Amino acid sequence: MSYVLIIGAKSDIAKAIAREYAKHGYDLYLAARNVSELEEFANDIKIRFNRNIKCFELDILDYISHKYFYDSLEEKPLGVISAVGYLGDVSETQKTINTNYTGVVNLINIIADDFEQRKSGFIVAISSVAGDRGRKSNYIYGSAKAALTAYLSGLRNRLYDANVHVMTVKPGFVATKMTEGMDLPEKLTAKPEDVAKDIYKAQQNGKNVLYTKWIWKWIMLIIKSIPEFQFKKMNL
Amino acid sequence: MALQSWGNYPNIDAIAYKFDHQQALKNILDPHNNIIARGNGRSYGDSALSAHQLDIRSYNYFLDFDQETGILHCQAGVLLSEILETFIPRGWFVSVTPGTKLITVGGAIASDVHGKNHHVKGSFSDSIIEFTMMLENGEIITCSHVVNPELFQATCGGMGLTGIIIDAKIKLEAINSSMINQVTIKTKNLQDTFKAFEQYKDYTYSVAWIDCMAKGDSLGRCLLMVGEHADDGNLDYINRNKASIPFQFPSFLLNNLTVKSFNSLYYAKVRKSVSEQKVSIDSFFYPLDAIANWNRIYGKNGFTQYQFVLPLDKSYDGLEKILSKIAASGKGSFLAVLKLFGKANSNWLSFPMEGYTLALDFKIEPGLFELLNELDKIVLEYDGRFYLSKDVRVSKQTFEAGYKDIDKFRQLRKRYKMDQKFHSLQSKRVGI
Ligand SMILES: Cc1cc2nc3c(=O)[nH]c(=O)nc-3n(C[C@H](O)[C@H](O)[C@H](O)COP(=O)(O)OP(=O)(O)OC[C@H]3O[C@@H](n4cnc5c(N)ncnc54)[C@H](O)[C@@H]3O)c2cc1C
Ligand SMILES: NC(=O)c1ccc[n+]([C@@H]2O[C@H](COP(=O)([O-])OP(=O)(O)OC[C@H]3O[C@@H](n4cnc5c(N)ncnc54)[C@H](OP(=O)(O)O)[C@@H]3O)[C@@H](O)[C@H]2O)c1
Repeated sequence: MSYVLIIGAKSDIAKAIAREYAKHGYDLYLAARNVSELEEFANDIKIRFNRNIKCFELDILDYISHKYFYDSLEEKPLGVISAVGYLGDVSETQKTINTNYTGVVNLINIIADDFEQRKSGFIVAISSVAGDRGRKSNYIYGSAKAALTAYLSGLRNRLYDANVHVMTVKPGFVATKMTEGMDLPEKLTAKPEDVAKDIYKAQQNGKNVLYTKWIWKWIMLIIKSIPEFQFKKMNL
Repeated sequence: MALQSWGNYPNIDAIAYKFDHQQALKNILDPHNNIIARGNGRSYGDSALSAHQLDIRSYNYFLDFDQETGILHCQAGVLLSEILETFIPRGWFVSVTPGTKLITVGGAIASDVHGKNHHVKGSFSDSIIEFTMMLENGEIITCSHVVNPELFQATCGGMGLTGIIIDAKIKLEAINSSMINQVTIKTKNLQDTFKAFEQYKDYTYSVAWIDCMAKGDSLGRCLLMVGEHADDGNLDYINRNKASIPFQFPSFLLNNLTVKSFNSLYYAKVRKSVSEQKVSIDSFFYPLDAIANWNRIYGKNGFTQYQFVLPLDKSYDGLEKILSKIAASGKGSFLAVLKLFGKANSNWLSFPMEGYTLALDFKIEPGLFELLNELDKIVLEYDGRFYLSKDVRVSKQTFEAGYKDIDKFRQLRKRYKMDQKFHSLQSKRVGI
């Protein structure tokens, strides 16, 4: 058996990732808050792919519980993928930072220690292109993701010698619950299934940073290159 | 947002809603009228088009599968392609499949779709153990051949006009191979074609591609393809990677000349009068699915499929007349498909009845609807009827003439107040 742990498993992207990994023969640990809502989904995967699925209750803001949760896993996972995120604005600064950054980091730290000791494993976390440059429309979220991106880069560096692979995922627009009702440009918006395929392939190939859709790499390159004196006047 | 079905015609402005649990579905239904379910948009015309569209695709879980009996319980948004991908390797196939696997279970029920084995296995509803449906008032009921049989008979073939199908138990068919042993028979004319259908009627699957540009002595020539599941124990099944038509072709590309040469080539490619092949399930049942968005070859004005069925004793005369008229018009199509149906079932609006059905694609262009109006008259003259799932234009009178239970259907809609909630452009046009 070979478990992959998915955190924030109720997210639309995470569900697509779960199907993609199950399809390729992995068993799954699905961790989420109100995890009972995942029962039908887990059952669907069992029928489709004949895999073992175990569900766990996990609130990323309940830091204390993280170690207990990870220790309770009898068989440690081969890898972990985090899809936890929260798109909040200034009025929810704490929650946004803690969900996207503090909570995720706290849990991954625990897992990283274990993987480092075992000298194997992979760690994938979904950050965002929003972390590549702060914009007035979502800079609280963006800065939390920027911090996550920096954390992952450092972790990758630290775990390199231990043969543990760390991948940063930066989606552009994805059509999910998070973006429901927003008027997103069709050509630049990915489906969760496409993101999941990209992630699976990139993780298997040991890629470090993944932009998905790929075009976002170039879009962000341009956005990052705009001088600050101009950028600050722009409506983004 | 702009929405259209497979024919890319018409194009309407609509609001689409998604749901992933039943309470969410009820919350969407409550405040809206003029709402209709949309599966995977593979109906050709306006059956799934309305100002408010309920997108079923995200409601797509498998709920249970019994490996002993082959009974699958799944939500209505599951695609047939997902069923095949999962269950062919375990030795199961859907008992009835249309010419595309990219349709939802809900869409298969609502159109009571038929396949190449109609004369043996009937329509999709014949493989249904039961389904559940949300009515206009949010109540969820179970329907089967014995529980709520009226609602069952109205809903199978009822084009989404009775409620929202939520989930279904369907019986899969045991197979021992993912391959089909196919026999191709090349016929010279319509008489020959009818003879071939008769001669090969014991085959489980049969369908003919007919050259509707051929005239005179060759009128009605076809390639009849019949088949059986192989028995070689090989259940490998790979969902093939698809080529895709990346943009709408300019509409002038498809004209009399290109279609004529395609048809002639296709027909000439098969040399022997009877030949045998062993082919995959995908290439036997779903040749068109191999090219994603093939509908774009018809250009931005879109296309329609004209499909009717004539009673058996009137099929020959009627088809001869209709084929002559089409050949003379020069408005032929690549895809003209002829099939012999078995007996009709008892569903009120199910399309199949015993006799020959012809389906042809036409590019939407000036003069087309005039031609089709002429063809309508011939179809009615020979007591035929039309398939709503392909239709985008028949009049109320033309539609009604073929369906004797239409008033029962209307009364049921009234009784359950379905007519105050569920509507498509089509239901308004044909007055149901
Ligand atoms: C290449 C091709 C080949 C085809 N070959 C055949 C064939 O051989 N035989 C055949 O019978 N058909 C055939 N069809 C037609 C197709 O099978 C039907 O139109 C089918 O209903 C499409 O299903 P869908 O999920 O795409 O539904 P849609 O096209 O989205 O909707 C079709 C109808 O079903 C209703 N509906 C969908 N889901 C639900 C639900 N959950 N509850 C209530 N109502 C619902 C809609 O309101 C609408 O009236 C073919 C179509 C194509 C494109
Ligand atoms: N959609 C986009 O356009 C886009 C773009 C770039 C990056 N992203 C990132 O992609 C990831 C997945 O997002 P999504 O689009 O799939 O949206 P989503 O469905 O809203 O996913 C966010 C997930 O995070 C979970 N979560 C939030 N707070 C939590 C907590 N305290 N404890 C445990 N889980 C918590 C949510 O759980 P609940 O279901 O319980 O709320 C939800 O499953 C996120 O990291 C997001 O930032 C998305």
